[in-house]
Amino acid sequence: MPANVSKVLVQTQDFSVADEYALIADDYRDGAVVTFVGKVRDFNYGGMVTDLTLEHYPGMTEEVLSQIIVEARERWSLNKVTIIHRVGTMALGDQIVFIGVTSAHRKAAFSAGEFLIDFLKTKAPFWKLESGEAGKNWLDAKDADEQAAKMWDIP
Amino acid sequence: MINILFFAQIRELLGESSIQVEAIAEITTAEELRANLASKNEQWGKVLASDKLLVAVNQTISRWDMQVEDGDEVAFFPPVTGG
Repeated sequence: MPANVSKVLVQTQDFSVADEYALIADDYRDGAVVTFVGKVRDFNYGGMVTDLTLEHYPGMTEEVLSQIIVEARERWSLNKVTIIHRVGTMALGDQIVFIGVTSAHRKAAFSAGEFLIDFLKTKAPFWKLESGEAGKNWLDAKDADEQAAKMWDIP
Repeated sequence: MINILFFAQIRELLGESSIQVEAIAEITTAEELRANLASKNEQWGKVLASDKLLVAVNQTISRWDMQVEDGDEVAFFPPVTGG
């Protein structure tokens, strides 16, 4: 039986959801494929947004994303897991992040997908800089994201 | 030498993305390193005093009492906002 496959990429270029889906959806042992795509939207708390720049900590980022996947695999029986996160400047509507998870049953894939994005948002060293009507603005970390990640704490 | 990195608005406010400092006996923890850097001038003191500031020692988020020694990579940055 082939080993479970994890893939972590941090890159400036865009990704193809169709290609990434095809790569993780080719195993007959899996009954479930869950994907999530995060995109650049046109508003935030500071008003209209025109573009978004993502900065990260090279080296640490990849390590943290790999560790988050290890933690997800400890909680659920997963087959393939892919995380792709873009850095650099992105326009409205551009894709920022891709998360793909496969498993025998849907519940594990859904839960793990949500866990991965919740943890990524609070643990992985990425920072968002918005450009908009009011100039450039570094986004503040949101308490809601921290609460979402805490929800997964094992009592 | 201790290799120090700054990210996001901390990097912008300090005007530096990385610096190196001599490992000295007075700097044994991340907190002492922060205090040492903060004494550079008023701006650095203000920026590095932020209670939201995070520290990573050798690419792992650490507590402020984490040991720091010669050859380490220490990064200061604000709370993360990716995804």
